[in-house]
Amino acid sequence: MSDPISQRQIAVEIDSATKIFESETSSVTALDNVSLKIRENEFFTLLGPSGCGKTTLLRLIAGFEHPTSGRIRLYQEDITFLPPYTRPVNTVFQNYALFPHMTVRQNVSFGLEMLKRPKGEIEKTVDEVLNLVRMEELGDRQTSDISGGQQQRVALARALAPKPKVLLLDESLSALDYKLRQDMQIELKRLQHETGITFVFVTHDQEEALTMSDRMAVINEGRVLQVGTPSEIYNFPTERFVAEFIGDSNFLEGQITEQNETHVRVQFSPASAVELPSGQTLLSAKKVTVAVRPEQATLTSATEQATLQGVVKSMVYFGTHTHYVVELDSGDEFTVHLQNIRGHELHYENGSRIGVMLDPAAMQILKD
Amino acid sequence: MLVAKNRNREFSVRYLPGFSSMAILCFVLLYAPIVALVIYSFNSGTNIALWEGFSLQWYVVAWENELVQEVTFRSLIVASIASVTATTLATMAALGTTRTRNYRGQMVIYAVINQPLMVPEIVTGVALLIFFAIIKAATGYHGLTYLVAAHTAFCIPFAYMPIRARLEGMDGILETAAQDLYATPVQTLRRITLPLLWPGILAGLMLAFVISLDDVVITELVKSAGQDTLPTYMLGQLRRGITPEVNAISSALLGVSVLLVSIFFILRTR
Repeated sequence: MSDPISQRQIAVEIDSATKIFESETSSVTALDNVSLKIRENEFFTLLGPSGCGKTTLLRLIAGFEHPTSGRIRLYQEDITFLPPYTRPVNTVFQNYALFPHMTVRQNVSFGLEMLKRPKGEIEKTVDEVLNLVRMEELGDRQTSDISGGQQQRVALARALAPKPKVLLLDESLSALDYKLRQDMQIELKRLQHETGITFVFVTHDQEEALTMSDRMAVINEGRVLQVGTPSEIYNFPTERFVAEFIGDSNFLEGQITEQNETHVRVQFSPASAVELPSGQTLLSAKKVTVAVRPEQATLTSATEQATLQGVVKSMVYFGTHTHYVVELDSGDEFTVHLQNIRGHELHYENGSRIGVMLDPAAMQILKD
Repeated sequence: MLVAKNRNREFSVRYLPGFSSMAILCFVLLYAPIVALVIYSFNSGTNIALWEGFSLQWYVVAWENELVQEVTFRSLIVASIASVTATTLATMAALGTTRTRNYRGQMVIYAVINQPLMVPEIVTGVALLIFFAIIKAATGYHGLTYLVAAHTAFCIPFAYMPIRARLEGMDGILETAAQDLYATPVQTLRRITLPLLWPGILAGLMLAFVISLDDVVITELVKSAGQDTLPTYMLGQLRRGITPEVNAISSALLGVSVLLVSIFFILRTR
C-alpha cells in the first residue's frame, strides 16, 4: 500500500457515460456524461442522495444495464456491452440476494461452479473465503437460519470467492443496525487490504464515505460533482451541494472587489471583507458564495475585531462541542461549533452581541 | 387465498346481531349434502334415502365394477397428460409474462391467458365440439387426443395462476445475482428460477389435475362414443336410477380432490 494511488493502474474507467431510461410516458436521465477513473486496489466510494444515479453507475459496471452512450472499460478492455456473466466483476447486493434454496457453502461456491473450476479448488477456495469472513463454522446452515450480519458476511464471501477484479458494493451496510454496521466497516477495510481487490462502494451515508474511502465521487442528479480523497472533499468542496451534503457548512454571499496573483478580496458588506489566498479556482463571477465549516470559525466578545457581527440566537451543549447559532447583522444565520477544552470553556449568553472570527485559510470559494 | 392472521382486535363482526347464526347456516348449506352423501355411501341397503346399517359393500361393488375401473383409468390418463401438458405450457407462459422487460400489451396477454376462466364452460364446450367436428371430418381420427387436448386447454389458466403468483413474489434480484456470479441465462433458469418456482409448478399441476378429473360439461360434449370419464359415467348412471354405488364413487372422488387441494394449499404457503 506504499505506492501512491495516482500511480496505480486504472481498474475501471467510465468514459462519458450517459444513461437515459425511456418509458412510454417519460424519459429520465439517470447519468449525465459521467467520467471516472477508479484505480487498482482502491476503496472508491460513490456518494450521493437516493436517486442520484450512483446505483445506476454501479449497474453499468456490473453489466445489468448498458449505457445509452459512452464506454465502460475494465483494465483498458471495453466491457460496455458484455453481459454480466462474462465480467470478472462481482456484486454485494443491498439485501444480500442470497439463494434461499442453498446452504451457506452452496451459495459461496456457486460462482466457482459456474466458472467450472475443479472440485478440489472450489472446496479449498470456499474454505478460505469463509475463513476470511469468519463464517467457517456456519457453512452447512440454511441462509434463512443465520442473522442479518452473518448473511452480510456470506454475501461478501460469495462475491469474493471467484476473486473478481472489482468488487461492487451496493449500499451493502444500510440494512444493518448501527453497531453491526461499524463492525462491518472495519471488516470491509480489512478484507480490501487482505484481498487487494478494487472496491467500488455505493452509499448515501456521508460519514461512511468519509471514514472508509481512499477516494470518493460525490454524485447528484446524474452528474459527478467532485472527485477526491475524503479530506479534499471535506476541506475543499467546489460546489454548494458538496459542501452541504458532506458535513455542515455556513454559506456567505459576497462580491469580489479585488483580485491579484496572490489574493482575492471578498466583500460581504460595506464593513466586512476577507482576503483569501487565490488560486483555488479561477473566478470569473463577481458574486461568489463562500463556505465555512462551523468548527473553523470562532467567537469573540470583542466584536470590532471580528469579520462578522451578530447576536447569539441559541446555544446547545454537545459534550465535546457547544453549538452556537448567531444571527448576523445581515439577517443570515451562522453556526459555530466551539470545542470544549477543560479550563478554557467559553460561554456566551443568548442575546449577547458577538463577533464571528473567520480564518481565510479555512474558507472555500464555491463555483456556481 | 391465505388466511390473514393480522386481524383487527377492536372490531369483530361476531358482535353484530345474527352474524353467528348466518355463518353456521352457510356451513350447513355447504356441507350438509356432502356429509349426507358420504354417510349414505356406507349404507348396507340399496336405497339411497333409507339407512339400513353400516357396510363397505358399495365400495367393494364399485371397486369390482369393470366399467368403473375402465372409466377411472381413462379419467386418470386424461387428467395426467392434460395437467402435465397444461402446467408445462403455463410455466412457459408465466416465465414469458414475468421474466422479460416491460413490453407493449403485456396486460392484454395476461388477460387473454386468464380469460377462459370467465368464459362459461358450456360455451367453451360447444366451441370445442364444433372445432373438433371439423377436424374429425377432415382426418377421420376419433381417438382420445381430442379429449386430452380439450382438458389441456381449459387447465392452462388454472395452472398459470399459482405459477405466475409465485414468480411475481420471487425476488428478481436472485436471478440478477446468479448472472453476476457467471451463470448464463440457461444456468440461471435451471439453478435458480426453476428450483424456486417448483412449489408453484406443483401447485399448478395439482389444481389442473383436479379440475381435469372433475370436469363434466366439456367432457360430455367432446367425448366420442366409449370415451366416458368417471364423472360422465356417473352422470349416465344417475339417469338409470341411483344406488349407493354412486355415493361410494363420489366419496372416493371427493377424497382424492380434498387431498390434492390440501397439498395445493400447503405448497402455496411454503
